[in-house]
Amino acid sequence: MTRLAELSSLIRSKNAGPFVLTFDIMFPDEESYGRVKRSGLLNAAHFAELFRLPPEQVRFFVCDNARAFKFSIPRPLTQGDLADGDLHGGQQFIPLMDIDIP
Amino acid sequence: MNEIRYIAASGALGAGVDAGALDRALALEPHFIASDAGTTDAGPFSLGGGQPAFPREAVKRDLTRVLLASRKAGIPALIGSAGTAGGDPHVDWVLDIAHEIVAEHDLSLRTAVIRSEQSKDYLVGLYREGRIRPLDPAPPLDEAVIERSARIVGMMGAEPLQEALEGGADFVLAGRCSDPALYAALPIMRGLPAGLAWHAGKVTECGTMACEGGRGGVITATIRDHEAIIAPFGDGVRCTPQSIAAHTLYENGDPYLHKECSGTLDLTRSQYEAIDERSVRITGSAFIPSNDYTVKLEGAERIGYQSIMVGGIRDPYIIRRLDQWLAEVEAHIYAIVERVLGLGRREWTLTVHVYGRDAVMGDLEPDPHAISREVGIVVAATAATQELATKAAQLTRQPFLHHGVPEWMGGITSFACLHNPAHIDRGAVYRFNLNHVAVPRTKTEMFRTEFLQLGSAK
Repeated sequence: MTRLAELSSLIRSKNAGPFVLTFDIMFPDEESYGRVKRSGLLNAAHFAELFRLPPEQVRFFVCDNARAFKFSIPRPLTQGDLADGDLHGGQQFIPLMDIDIP
Repeated sequence: MNEIRYIAASGALGAGVDAGALDRALALEPHFIASDAGTTDAGPFSLGGGQPAFPREAVKRDLTRVLLASRKAGIPALIGSAGTAGGDPHVDWVLDIAHEIVAEHDLSLRTAVIRSEQSKDYLVGLYREGRIRPLDPAPPLDEAVIERSARIVGMMGAEPLQEALEGGADFVLAGRCSDPALYAALPIMRGLPAGLAWHAGKVTECGTMACEGGRGGVITATIRDHEAIIAPFGDGVRCTPQSIAAHTLYENGDPYLHKECSGTLDLTRSQYEAIDERSVRITGSAFIPSNDYTVKLEGAERIGYQSIMVGGIRDPYIIRRLDQWLAEVEAHIYAIVERVLGLGRREWTLTVHVYGRDAVMGDLEPDPHAISREVGIVVAATAATQELATKAAQLTRQPFLHHGVPEWMGGITSFACLHNPAHIDRGAVYRFNLNHVAVPRTKTEMFRTEFLQLGSAK
């Protein structure tokens, strides 16, 4: 088992406009990308479980030519709302780091 | 061969333009230079407050470089989403800077100023005709939302820019504008494929962020009938098929489908191919025209005025029962504010951010119970006026300072204030209140173009 953080070259989160939060997972080579893709562990249901969201809120994309996976969710709070603690949405990806990939 | 070449000078006017790389890129003999100058990523304050997110000096330095390069090459310069939010005060702010640059460098610019701020009466009219539609997810909308907005802008597509270019503008200064539209306008006007033009715009609108291997530089594109070539100029900066493909993910909810006013850019069948060690060929991108012409709306409303207090707690007796301690402190604060200021719980907002627990991730925090040995706390009081917000923040200090725990007998001082005075006034605070599109009656009615002569005509 290897943590996703160690197989990927970048895991990031970011606003996609003020109302959507998006997560990108990228890889340095085809081998590590293929290994994660074959594991099937990146999917909307797993993401929803990690972030305690209803699965129907999670959009999941496989992007072969970018060697990347992408998740998008409605922002839990609109960007800049009073209780929002991450204006740019850049620090929300942490639970993805610890996914164990066989 | 029909082709259009251009330079994207920067991903954000004010964040830096690499003057050396820009000068070298002129060897491409581009047809125009452009730079995006705005984003919602700076938050609702810029739109609501009518303020830019960059200092004037930074925008002036970058705009000077763009305008001087465009004059040297004798080609138009386009700036979109002026002054961060692209409202009228933002456009005026950049126009004022442009006047200064023109005077200092003795330039002559036929300038097209395109405004995208929307009148409330106009939008209420569209709303009543069912011409404002929600995107997903969208906050609730009624006429009251429009009326209480501080400012609403419409995001222009390629059409108003094309009109400005057809009108012979040397300098197009646009309010809120689709970033790729800045780059797609001229190639589409010259009959090149919309899919490639929009896709190249999408790739280049963030400057060299779509590249790897270095900092700075500028990015260029060449649009032809069957391909778009993306090539950066700059020390060690290069594009690879993977870096270009990956960039279409950045800040987009959907990596394949990108909505514009006149249709949808579809990257499902896009192909990326290395030409040499620094440039990439894009083929296969499609643009699907839509039946309705839609203009994305961005709005901000003032939610009040704010004052904050910053401090920390290190006492392990408090930290091990922090949630309960905070609940008691908050109840105490609400009671005092009601007693002293007559403000009930619905008349002001108390927000407590606990760094070291879950301030960064909020409800998404997977492990809110793993609290560090020291927590940072930001207390925010938001009320209808700054005076009330300041007074409410002042009233938060004593409860935080002296609220006890059972383990200690006698008076304790439980909260380490960072500042003196402990509170900081933040002024007006805003929220985004629209995630909607307008369906205007005509493609151009939401945008107002004015031609001006900057500097003496030559």
